[in-house]
Amino acid sequence: MANSKNERHVISVIVMNESSVLARVTSLFAGRGYNIETLTVAPIPQSDMSHITIATNGSAKVMEQITKQLHKLIPVYKVIEHEEMVEKEMVLVKFPIAENLSDISALCSAYNGGIVNVGPEMVITMVSDEPTRIKHFIEATQRYNPSEVVRGGVVAIER
Amino acid sequence: MQMSGAQMVCEAIIAEGVKTVFGYPGGAIMHVYDEIYKQNGFEHILNRHEQASVHAADGYARATGEVGVAMVTSGPGFTNAVTGLATAYMDSIPMVVISGQVPLSLIGTDGFQEIDAVGISRPCTKHNFLVRTLEELPRVLKEAFYIARTGRPGPVLVDVPKDITVDIGEFVYPDSVNIPTYKPTYKGNRRQIEKAVEAIKSAKKPLLYLGGGIVLSNASDLVREFALKTQIPAVETLMARGVLGAKNPLLLGMLGMHGNYSSNMAMSETDLVISFGARFDDRVTGKLSEFAKYADIIHVDIDAANIGKLVDVDYPIVGDITEVVTKMLEQIDDIDTDRYQAWRDILGRYNELHPQSYVDSDEVIKPQWAIERLGELLGEKAIITSDVGQHQMWAAQHYPFDRPRQWINSGGLGTMGFGFPAALGAKRAHPEKTVINITGDGSILMNMQELVTAAEYKIPVINVILNNHFLGMVRQWQTFFYEKRYSETDLSFQPNFKALAEACGGIGYDVSTKEEFDAALKDAIEQDKVCFMNVQTNRFEDVLPMVPSGGALFNMMLPQKVLSNTEAK
Ligand SMILES: Cc1ncc(C[n+]2csc(CCOP(=O)(O)OP(=O)(O)O)c2C)c(N)n1
Repeated sequence: MANSKNERHVISVIVMNESSVLARVTSLFAGRGYNIETLTVAPIPQSDMSHITIATNGSAKVMEQITKQLHKLIPVYKVIEHEEMVEKEMVLVKFPIAENLSDISALCSAYNGGIVNVGPEMVITMVSDEPTRIKHFIEATQRYNPSEVVRGGVVAIER
Repeated sequence: MQMSGAQMVCEAIIAEGVKTVFGYPGGAIMHVYDEIYKQNGFEHILNRHEQASVHAADGYARATGEVGVAMVTSGPGFTNAVTGLATAYMDSIPMVVISGQVPLSLIGTDGFQEIDAVGISRPCTKHNFLVRTLEELPRVLKEAFYIARTGRPGPVLVDVPKDITVDIGEFVYPDSVNIPTYKPTYKGNRRQIEKAVEAIKSAKKPLLYLGGGIVLSNASDLVREFALKTQIPAVETLMARGVLGAKNPLLLGMLGMHGNYSSNMAMSETDLVISFGARFDDRVTGKLSEFAKYADIIHVDIDAANIGKLVDVDYPIVGDITEVVTKMLEQIDDIDTDRYQAWRDILGRYNELHPQSYVDSDEVIKPQWAIERLGELLGEKAIITSDVGQHQMWAAQHYPFDRPRQWINSGGLGTMGFGFPAALGAKRAHPEKTVINITGDGSILMNMQELVTAAEYKIPVINVILNNHFLGMVRQWQTFFYEKRYSETDLSFQPNFKALAEACGGIGYDVSTKEEFDAALKDAIEQDKVCFMNVQTNRFEDVLPMVPSGGALFNMMLPQKVLSNTEAK
């Protein structure tokens, strides 16, 4: 078990909405040497809880420890290690206005997105899709000289 | 009732039944100290360093099982307390530390004596709070005590901004606590317990592996009963000394890096490890791949994260030792204790082959002799605390601990300077007991200012300094693993320990013979005053057996074989 390979995992951590709860979670990762690939957090509607989604990697044993250690934190209500999930990530990409906008638009729609803002000097596109597809999308945009790329981190929901 | 935040702090302490608070005042906590002055629900002891206050509260908690309380000011007061928090955290000691903080309006401005206390203490507390409103203060205090003592216990920090201690508001101390996200598991899973009992009944070479969790759960009597009924041999960790009692024939001794031969061999050969409240620390397991290689493992622990952390477990049981062992006891009436007879015989022979031994001397006091002598003279009557180093290991190996909470030491963090202040806390909790701190000439200096505290408050703790003029444990590693390059471990330059104790209002004894040892101890007990017994020992004694760090438990460096019973002991 100890030497099983490092795999990517997504976990959801449901926490009480209180000050420094995010710091507790992230400092646990830092202090125990676990990785954080992405992290997103937002309040859960109509509750006093928040939903933290963390993409991380580790062996089965490490994942078990991460889950248990998170659960030990006092304001943590629930930890879900996702198995069967729908997982999405969002990305914003800015392009110079001089690029081929119809190509860019077509590319975005291939990835469930589109142009969301146009200014005198640039356009901004938004795409949300599975993380691997987001990666492909970003690669594909390279030929249009993107001037800025902002990824959002994953959110996931168990099926 | 209307009162200030400072008063609320005092009222909560009183409501929790705390009789003694250890602390040190300063700007941010002054309002609370002003209320301490006015009340008479608890006493306050002014240590001479905040680290000592926290260790003293810790010693109080370890000696009683109740929550210890320490109080410090913001900034340096708090940072001085951090080692104390970390020490308690590593050994799961219930404790509440209250620290002053700069006023809310100054937080984040690098104000005078402002430091991010909750940030710094996050990894070394079970939980911590920065109080943000007066309204939440009573609830926070209640939760702090509750969290400290429930589940796997641990220290909790409550950081209180100064303005909140000044403000006046309504005080109602809550009767109960409801934290929806914090529900410790006490009852073990019934099915798992049944399976574990079945495994015990079908094992041939089972071994009880007893840890500090038994002490924390006050489950020693149950565990003794379990051992008696099953006749399964047992080993104790450093934190569990006293659980089974030194006279118990089933007890093989302490296991681990400085465990005795039969304990370490038992762990290497057992076919079923029954772990009650132990956490497979690296100082216990040695090389993991060789640890209990032939065994299935039953692991009972209140902290799920301890289970499967280091070794793979076959029978995981999350629960309180008291609850789980009670249930196990109901299921073992039909156990066949003869089944394990062959195994007990093997272990008995291991013990005859290499008993815990040392070569005594007529010329010089051997540290092991000093500890055995304390055991002979005081036995069950004393509470023993210790610092960290060789003396600590010898104490754990050679003192005949008879009951839990008799042995108080910093096992997880290994904090030099712990023993003396912890002894103050233990003595305050049990004034009727003789309290001895077994220490070294290195460690004792790390909180020697407590001589003044002990003298002022008349807390007659006996510090037995096993003086080898070395940072002995580090010296031992240098001897074995660094070709005797004694880099910065020679303590030939010494204070005059006797004069030092006297200068602070205590008594000092210089001891270099066995007669002097007995006489000094007798006098120290009669005088009933804090003292330093400066015991000259031989310089180059090693703690043995020793499993070199990272080695397999069965590869022990053993003491010189003792030739005859008259020549040596
Ligand atoms: C605060 C702290 N600093 C350093 C150490 C490392 N350390 C472990 S044992 C030891 C030597 C202790 O010497 P002494 O108190 O004289 O005891 P002896 O080993 O000689 O019995 C040291 C320096 C420690 N455990 N704690």
